[in-house]
Amino acid sequence: MTEVSKSGNAETRELIAFRIGTQEFCIDIMSIREIRGWTPATPLPKSPSFVRGVINLRGTVLPIVDLAVRLGFAPSEPTARHAIMVSQIGQQVVGLLVEGVSDIFTVSDSDIQPTPDVASDMAKRFVRGVIATDGRMISLIALNAVLPSLEMEAA
Amino acid sequence: MDAMAAIKQTFFQECEEQLAELESGLLAIEGGQSDLETINAVFRAVHSVKGGAGAFHLDDLVGFAHIFETTLDHVRGGKLAPTPELLKTMLRSADVLADLVRAARDGGTVEEGRKKALADELARWSGGSGGAPAAEEAAAEEEDSLAGLNFVPIQITEDDVDFSGAAPDAGNTFKVSFKPHRALYAKANDATLILRELSSLGTAEIVCDESQLPKLGELDPEEAYLIWNITLNTEKDEQAVREVFEFVDTDCDLTVEKADPPGAADVDIAALIRQATEAAAPAEAEPAAAAPAPTPAAASAPANAAASGDHPAAGGKGDAGIAVTAQTTIRVDLDRVDRLADLVGELVINQAMLAQRITEGNHGKASSASVALDELEQLTREIQESVMAIRAQPVKSVFQRMPRLAREVATLTGKSVRLIMDGEGTEVDKTVIERLADPLTHMIRNAIDHGLESPEKRRAAGKSEEGTVRLSAMHRSGRIVIEVADDGAGINRARVKQIAIDKGLIPADAQLTDDEVDNLIFLPGFSTASTVSNISGRGVGMDVVKRSVQALGGRISITSVPGKGSTFAMSLPLTLAVLDGMVVTVADQTLVVPLTAIVETLQPKQADVHGMGGDSRVIAIRDRFVPLVDVGQVLSYRYEAADPMTRVALLVETEGGARNALLVDAIQGQRQVVIKSLEANYGRVPGIAGATILGDGRVALIVDVDAVVADARGDVYRDPGLAMAS
Repeated sequence: MTEVSKSGNAETRELIAFRIGTQEFCIDIMSIREIRGWTPATPLPKSPSFVRGVINLRGTVLPIVDLAVRLGFAPSEPTARHAIMVSQIGQQVVGLLVEGVSDIFTVSDSDIQPTPDVASDMAKRFVRGVIATDGRMISLIALNAVLPSLEMEAA
Repeated sequence: MDAMAAIKQTFFQECEEQLAELESGLLAIEGGQSDLETINAVFRAVHSVKGGAGAFHLDDLVGFAHIFETTLDHVRGGKLAPTPELLKTMLRSADVLADLVRAARDGGTVEEGRKKALADELARWSGGSGGAPAAEEAAAEEEDSLAGLNFVPIQITEDDVDFSGAAPDAGNTFKVSFKPHRALYAKANDATLILRELSSLGTAEIVCDESQLPKLGELDPEEAYLIWNITLNTEKDEQAVREVFEFVDTDCDLTVEKADPPGAADVDIAALIRQATEAAAPAEAEPAAAAPAPTPAAASAPANAAASGDHPAAGGKGDAGIAVTAQTTIRVDLDRVDRLADLVGELVINQAMLAQRITEGNHGKASSASVALDELEQLTREIQESVMAIRAQPVKSVFQRMPRLAREVATLTGKSVRLIMDGEGTEVDKTVIERLADPLTHMIRNAIDHGLESPEKRRAAGKSEEGTVRLSAMHRSGRIVIEVADDGAGINRARVKQIAIDKGLIPADAQLTDDEVDNLIFLPGFSTASTVSNISGRGVGMDVVKRSVQALGGRISITSVPGKGSTFAMSLPLTLAVLDGMVVTVADQTLVVPLTAIVETLQPKQADVHGMGGDSRVIAIRDRFVPLVDVGQVLSYRYEAADPMTRVALLVETEGGARNALLVDAIQGQRQVVIKSLEANYGRVPGIAGATILGDGRVALIVDVDAVVADARGDVYRDPGLAMAS
């Protein structure tokens, strides 16, 4: 299977898509450990605005990043539809608060188009490409761009 | 290469164990327990170190161990009495041996002069006794045996013959023929040890049959040629004799035959015959026949014990204990245990949540669901205790370093000290043990250097010249209490107070109770020694001890009786994973304040609160003004200063000893909480020491009292973690 895709020069990967406001985003499914419903978080004093607080994930204290704020939107008003994507980035495990997970789909590398050159700061910082599917546009987010700054800004 | 390094590491680990054994053995002998078992244990420890060191060509170590061993051998053989002076030399030699082992392990050298001086001293002890040359020779032979394994059987055979010439005691006599195969040696078994073990059963006459030994030129160094024929007189049965060969019986030809006792019986018959033929002296013949028996029996007893002592498997209680532990312990990665502890914590929380649901569901107390829940609760508690027990370790690992420290400090100060240790088996979490060594070291030093008087003063006070320091550990109400008590002069309160006044630590007219005066020594910048000695006066005082104890979530207290001595008691949590906390509410948030920091709680009164400067406030507590810190404001939960009248103040003491009143909205209660790291997945949060999970499953933050106070004061709290991050 791997050989086939290599010979075809088209690595495929599975992505998980979610919505923030009216826009759709996706991240590599390999970095997602689980998806769980929203539970109220304990706010952390003196933390960046996009850090929602911490929740208890089976005994581990899990920081929650409100992706909407991180990507430059208004803060989420969590409802039952909201989900926390528990993702592993490097050594850290972080929960990403998103409005709702829409689907999981497979793309090959060639399906990923370069990020259009727009003025949006968010696009430059976090978006690593866009995918067109069924007339929708889904932006691929690089998770490591979302997190390393987290510590820096917290401190 | 890697394999060799691993073996070497194992050797050093074993060395540590042997050194600990050596020291505790010597201390036991010093304490009057000079039985053969203990002496053998000591000898065995040195011998094992020497043997292992020889294999790694650690010549320094081998050389010293050899001299040490020779002296010990004299003690073992009864040629040298274990006098207090000799034991002092030996204890210091044990220290040097330990240093040599460490030097071999970590690189570095041991001061040649110190080593040489002790080696000479040891040699003098052994040289001064009668049978020195013979013993030296024996030891030298033993040394050879390490180098040339092939000669071992012959050499020991001769040895054993020495004490087997004795007339046997009454009992069973066995004729044993033992022909090892080459496989026996290939599996690293040693015929010597088996024969020694065998002779430990009774008296053995061992004859080596060398008839199959080929000429040197034809000799295959790995082949087994020797056969031993043993006539064993023992009180044990055949089963016991065969058990000696238990591990090698497939690798040798072994016959065990019960024979008529040749010794005792023969002698008796001979005596009877003599009695019959030489009727002239019937009364003398019998005692003559009986007489030889007691002497050899007595002589063979120590020899047997010595032989059994040398044999690892036949050793005394100590060895048996180690063997059992080795079989039943496994090494587990600490992370796995931590993970288990986390999961159990989660289980407890889930169970609490379940209990809440069942109560909400209006099931009666007697409903099956409630009963099942009770059972679950019990199970969970047991699991939690078991998991904590896995991480627990006896404090012995720290305590066993203290006798040496006491000796060194005693030598430096010219005092004579006896260190008594109690409760070394008391268990406490591994993480606590690791951080116990420093404060304990300091407390012992302090007790000897400052606590005990000089021998002259002691004599003048009618005490024995030798001071006593007692180090003890015990469990008390869910905590471990470690006490260091000396029988010295006690705290000189007038002087302590004067020093505190001189150093500006307290006002000159301060009225202090005895207890308060005693506690002055914990103040930063306080040091009682008028001359700075190089033992205690290393720029750190008891305040450092107090701080490290507090960092462990512990408390330290002192009681002192003039002329009778002082006792320092530290009380520590059994684990660092759990903290006693006061659960409080601040601006709708639930926070946990470590109980160790809280001195008291109080309800502020309007008259006691005073504004100071812009927005600082102080509160009067028994005529002292302490800063009032609004926790909600410091942690940015609210921006407006809260009204103290409707709230509660917690009087806290920071690590530096400063007092502040923390304003919180309400106190929910007091409970033990499991500490969770925020740093693992997030990072440090200023003012927050960590997090925990409460019964409702939500995360509550643990307040870092020192950081909050520093923040309120406007100081930049020097947080080492943050400094590193930026």
